[in-house]
Amino acid sequence: MTAESIPVAPALAGVPWEPGASKPDVILTASGVRRTFGGLTAVDVDHLEVQRGVITALIGPNGAGKTTFFNLLTNFDKPDTGSRNFEGRDLDGVAAHRVANLGMVRTFQLTKALSKMTVIENMLLGATGQAGEKLSRSLFPPMWRGQERANTERADELLARFKLDHMREEFAGTLSGGQRKLLEMARALMVEPTMVMLDEPMAGVNPALKQSLLDHVKGLRDDGMTVLFVEHDMDMVQEISDWVVVMAEGRIIAEGPPASIGQNQAVVDAYLGSHHDSALDLEADL
Amino acid sequence: MDWGAIIENTTRGLIGEQFIYFGLAALGLNIHFGYTGLLNLGQAVFMAAGAYGLSMSVVTLGLNFWWGLLLGVIVFPLILAAIMGVPTLRLRADYLAIVTIAASEMFRIVARSPSLDRWTGSSDGLTGFATTFYDLSPYDKQERYFFDLFIGNQMWVVTVGWIALVIVILISLLLMKSPWGRVLKAIREDEDAARSLGKNAYWYKMQALMIGGVFGAMGGMLRAIGTQSAQPQNFITDVTFFAWVALILGGAAKVLGPIAGAAVLYAILSFTDVALRQGVDNGHIPEWLMTGTQVGQVRFMLIGLGLILLAAFRPQGIFGNKEEMALDDR
Repeated sequence: MTAESIPVAPALAGVPWEPGASKPDVILTASGVRRTFGGLTAVDVDHLEVQRGVITALIGPNGAGKTTFFNLLTNFDKPDTGSRNFEGRDLDGVAAHRVANLGMVRTFQLTKALSKMTVIENMLLGATGQAGEKLSRSLFPPMWRGQERANTERADELLARFKLDHMREEFAGTLSGGQRKLLEMARALMVEPTMVMLDEPMAGVNPALKQSLLDHVKGLRDDGMTVLFVEHDMDMVQEISDWVVVMAEGRIIAEGPPASIGQNQAVVDAYLGSHHDSALDLEADL
Repeated sequence: MDWGAIIENTTRGLIGEQFIYFGLAALGLNIHFGYTGLLNLGQAVFMAAGAYGLSMSVVTLGLNFWWGLLLGVIVFPLILAAIMGVPTLRLRADYLAIVTIAASEMFRIVARSPSLDRWTGSSDGLTGFATTFYDLSPYDKQERYFFDLFIGNQMWVVTVGWIALVIVILISLLLMKSPWGRVLKAIREDEDAARSLGKNAYWYKMQALMIGGVFGAMGGMLRAIGTQSAQPQNFITDVTFFAWVALILGGAAKVLGPIAGAAVLYAILSFTDVALRQGVDNGHIPEWLMTGTQVGQVRFMLIGLGLILLAAFRPQGIFGNKEEMALDDR
């Protein structure tokens, strides 16, 4: 496949296929972000820009620092140095829960369904700006009942969309792995985010549910949200992402449209080792 | 056997003063542990804050009773919660456990110190701070009330105690049915999930610590009023663990659980106390098995045995939800 025949999302046309490439409409930026654990440098990213309104995949071999980088972007972890900027706002020193209130909401690799709460309670928790979550008003139900009703309606719509409505009153702990992923995604939408960060949304999901999850992720983009996800599953990456960022050993080594990644020498080296074709040389030496 | 005395004492345990003090403390622990997952192993220090808040205000500082009430029930427990919570609530649950148990022992030992005699009355404690309270009593001091179970002043403590209990239960019910309570449960289940949805977990945990502390302080203050003294010895770690036993017996994370637990605990303690003592006195229990002086200890052995049986056959407690409990194993 030549470079000309590789499809590129219209929003990203003209963006160079190189690490740190600048994008036309940026929602999230990371610059000089570095995080070390003792002597190990887990993340060392010079520059990354995430385009608004598209699905960006963050891939890389095991131990590439994807999840650590992800935690740094969502402020669940603090970088040693470097800055992150979300919608023009510096995230340095902003508490993790505030990042969610700014409109960037994340999910977790190991699903965090709140098992001793019902599915609907899980959903209602996601709504932001609830008057009833203030201690002073919680004691006076009339002050929050109307809002609660509106939130419940919205939650029920989302549950129907994610086909979880029949589980409404069940404890979330009784859901299957795939249903928990769905619940986590639906719950994240209750926050009404502008950007959704998904940490391995396909991990532990049975094949039957995979397609429906994929469609839901695409649905987020179609609703105008920006999606950044970490994933191992290359099929998923090829099928739904508009742009792929590849990490290896803590650095970003490649960027480009999904179809271009498989041919990128740096990516092939990172996944298979840089001497993967040396066997041929060996033969020649004999 | 004098069944009249046995029934009378058991009923007193079921609804009387001890039940009220520990019921309030256990309701506080339920907010801490049952709903928020905070491991408070020093509920005694919150109770002491209520007791000493009142007694020191009145006796040492010469303030009137109502100032003492405000300081003991609200101001002291809030300050205490802030002191213990600020350094530990950002950390894992075990750090709060260490700090609370240390704080409760530190308070007791410092209050006992002879060099503070002028302030805390050292090991004798403080007395004579509850006159205003008993002056308000509508009951006759000499009379017995409520099926002759309580004499006048006792009856007044029990009346006020029950009013306090009802208020605390209503507040707990309202809080736990509100979105605020939902956030607490979410934090108990998974703090990171709550944070990822925009909830300030740290601040919610602080609020929970404070509210549970205030409930505990109410229990401690009523105890000081009921016994008309605030003594360091009344706030040893056993006190914390009685409240825990009440919570576990009744079932955590159910508003009425700790109340039922406290009632059952003190009913059993009173029943076994009188029943065993009579059994020994009447020769039903032979001398070689148990003497009258051992009754006190044997009661607690029986409670321990009961707890073991409960853990084996009904781990969720009397009121707890078995289905909920089973989710832990998944």
